[in-house]
Amino acid sequence: MNQCEPVPNARTGWGGRLFGWIDARFPLSKLWRSQVSEYYAPINFNFWYFFGSIALLILVNQIVTGIFLAMSYQPNAHLAFGSVQYIMRDVHWGWLIRYLHTTGASLFFAVIYLHMFRGLLYGSYKKPRELLWIIGMLIYVCLMAEAFMGYLLPWGQMSYWGAVVITSLFGAIPWIGSHLEIWIRGDFGISGATLNRFFALHVVAIPLLLLFLVVCHLMALHEVGSNNPDGIEIHENLDDQGKPVDGVPFHPYYTVKDLFGVGVFLVVFALIAFYAPTLHGFFIERNNFKPANFLQTPPDIRPLWYFTPYYAVLRSFPNKEFGVSAFALAIVLLFLMPWIDRHPIKSFRYRAPMYRILLGVFAATFLFLGYIGIQPATLFWQKMGLRIAELYFLFFITAWLYARRPSRRALLVTFFAALAGVLLLDWRFYLASIAPLIWRTLVIPVAYLVLFYLVPLLWPDGLRDRTVPQRVTFR
Amino acid sequence: MKHTTWHRRAAAGAFLALLLCPVTGYAIQLSGYPLMRAPVNLNNRASLQRGARTFVNYCMGCHTLQYLRWSRLGRDLRLNKRALRELMFLQTKPTQMMLNAMPAREATRWFGAAPPDLSVMVDQKGVNWVYTYLQSFYLDPNRPTGVNNAAFYRVAMPDPFWQVQGLQKLVFRKTRENGGTVNRFVRFVLVTPGTRSPASFRRMVGNLTNFLYYAGHPDELKRVHLGIWVIAFLVAFTVFAYLLKREYWKDVHRKHPHEK
Repeated sequence: MNQCEPVPNARTGWGGRLFGWIDARFPLSKLWRSQVSEYYAPINFNFWYFFGSIALLILVNQIVTGIFLAMSYQPNAHLAFGSVQYIMRDVHWGWLIRYLHTTGASLFFAVIYLHMFRGLLYGSYKKPRELLWIIGMLIYVCLMAEAFMGYLLPWGQMSYWGAVVITSLFGAIPWIGSHLEIWIRGDFGISGATLNRFFALHVVAIPLLLLFLVVCHLMALHEVGSNNPDGIEIHENLDDQGKPVDGVPFHPYYTVKDLFGVGVFLVVFALIAFYAPTLHGFFIERNNFKPANFLQTPPDIRPLWYFTPYYAVLRSFPNKEFGVSAFALAIVLLFLMPWIDRHPIKSFRYRAPMYRILLGVFAATFLFLGYIGIQPATLFWQKMGLRIAELYFLFFITAWLYARRPSRRALLVTFFAALAGVLLLDWRFYLASIAPLIWRTLVIPVAYLVLFYLVPLLWPDGLRDRTVPQRVTFR
Repeated sequence: MKHTTWHRRAAAGAFLALLLCPVTGYAIQLSGYPLMRAPVNLNNRASLQRGARTFVNYCMGCHTLQYLRWSRLGRDLRLNKRALRELMFLQTKPTQMMLNAMPAREATRWFGAAPPDLSVMVDQKGVNWVYTYLQSFYLDPNRPTGVNNAAFYRVAMPDPFWQVQGLQKLVFRKTRENGGTVNRFVRFVLVTPGTRSPASFRRMVGNLTNFLYYAGHPDELKRVHLGIWVIAFLVAFTVFAYLLKREYWKDVHRKHPHEK
């Protein structure tokens, strides 16, 4: 089974002697065995389980290409824009290095979103993996900071105005807000000082933090073991040698399988990097080909696609304090997932039909919010943003309620409470001029509430869980 | 302290733009003006060469390509030394960037805004927009230059092609859209014919747009050819990776034969 293990047990030959020398001083083969060749992973990983290793690959890609970009980039407000063009035209393979970095940044988020959704599908945040999930969420928040600061560096119009908008969000914090805003920017507005500090944070501080958190994420994972699509703990079913019956050593089984996943991913990556590096403005925005100008506000300021779901939430409130709080809450709630969905069954496969619909609607909600964030900030899209944001937050309430089989009374009480909350928001932001829009779009949260709170009253089986099998299912 | 106010205003402006977009937005002066499809083809070297000539003759008096070197242009477009020297009539060195002699400060006084550098203009505005814009000047006596543009309302730039294209008049009608009155584009009417036929002028602008597209990403010439090899390698790699995976996983399938 382990023929291709590179650590020879017999200390013969110069290679073997070298390994022996190292092993006497550093736990090299011990680490290799405990973390890779004798780390047992469930046999039934599916498509969703490729994204962890792919994310690691992209992290390496971002660091390596980032090092080479930093060799030619000038973190100076007068030179930054030109130095990016210099990299694209005069640096040997500079265009490739930059496109690998920009494509990698966007695909990093695509892969992380899929990786996180996998966690939601199979309940990978549940006991004993709560901390694993929280470390993962910390990685995600670091990644957002990393992407945001990196986006300022090309010093285009969108870089500049995106940074103006996002740093001004800190100004919404009561008491300390305006001081915090200046402290973050290092100036009263976004300026060369901001560019320099964002460069330092982007290339040194946050990557170090990211690497540290990734190591923690892997250590926590290897401590508790991997979850799987059935949500059954494989370590509860051991053979006479004490090894999981439904597990295989990570190496070579999952290393070769992940190699295949990486291959497919790299084909997609190369197709974008070589043939559509800007992806029609989704990966590199058009307005960012215009140098930053602090006297000229672009008509539409919006972040890159991976932030647009939150941006839609932020923008849907006509009040800055509300918008910023909702934006923060949207992320904080994800951290709390292990304590919101306390249902003992991990995988959605064996959860009740209503819960599975709930998860599907949540995924659709997130994608739709992303779409709304791309649209111009008209009153219609603002109101739609608010409606879909309501669904985003209702997901957490519903997941919390569904975690224990809810009584008829609990369903009815939550239905009316949630409806009251929705109407309260409408009353708070009521504008006579858009009253018809408010009433018409009210159908969205009401339909959601009817589906998840009233339908189970008529269809009790919709809340009945399925029996979890004893062993993992494997095709 | 004056500085502070500016930045504050800029920040406030950003937020206002965020919130007030639906109210102000872009004042759309002409509606229903469609973009034409630009004939971009980097494999058409003759088109790129003609476009470069048009650029030097018609655009470079005011605009620059400050991120493109003459030598790079000569190499990519396969221009021989003589052809390149004919283009470089400012006596610059081939290793220099494609700059011009117009002082930006003066230009700002003359036009209200200095003519922008065109290195990445196609990426900023879109290739179809540039192609359409260059053909959309029309007579407007209210403008200081005598012309306006259907794709760029109240543009400061004069019509560089008035001799070749001729002068055209805009025909529009007033309609009500989204609760306001707008001018809806109907057609252009050529008032004075130019030295080129409309079809020939369109080809000229097509070549120029193609050249500007090249100037935005000279790497694309190499990129699209290299990409094929990279992707072919990756596909082969993936096939072998799959075969390797299948071979290893035979064990697991043997060990768990009766599972669902």
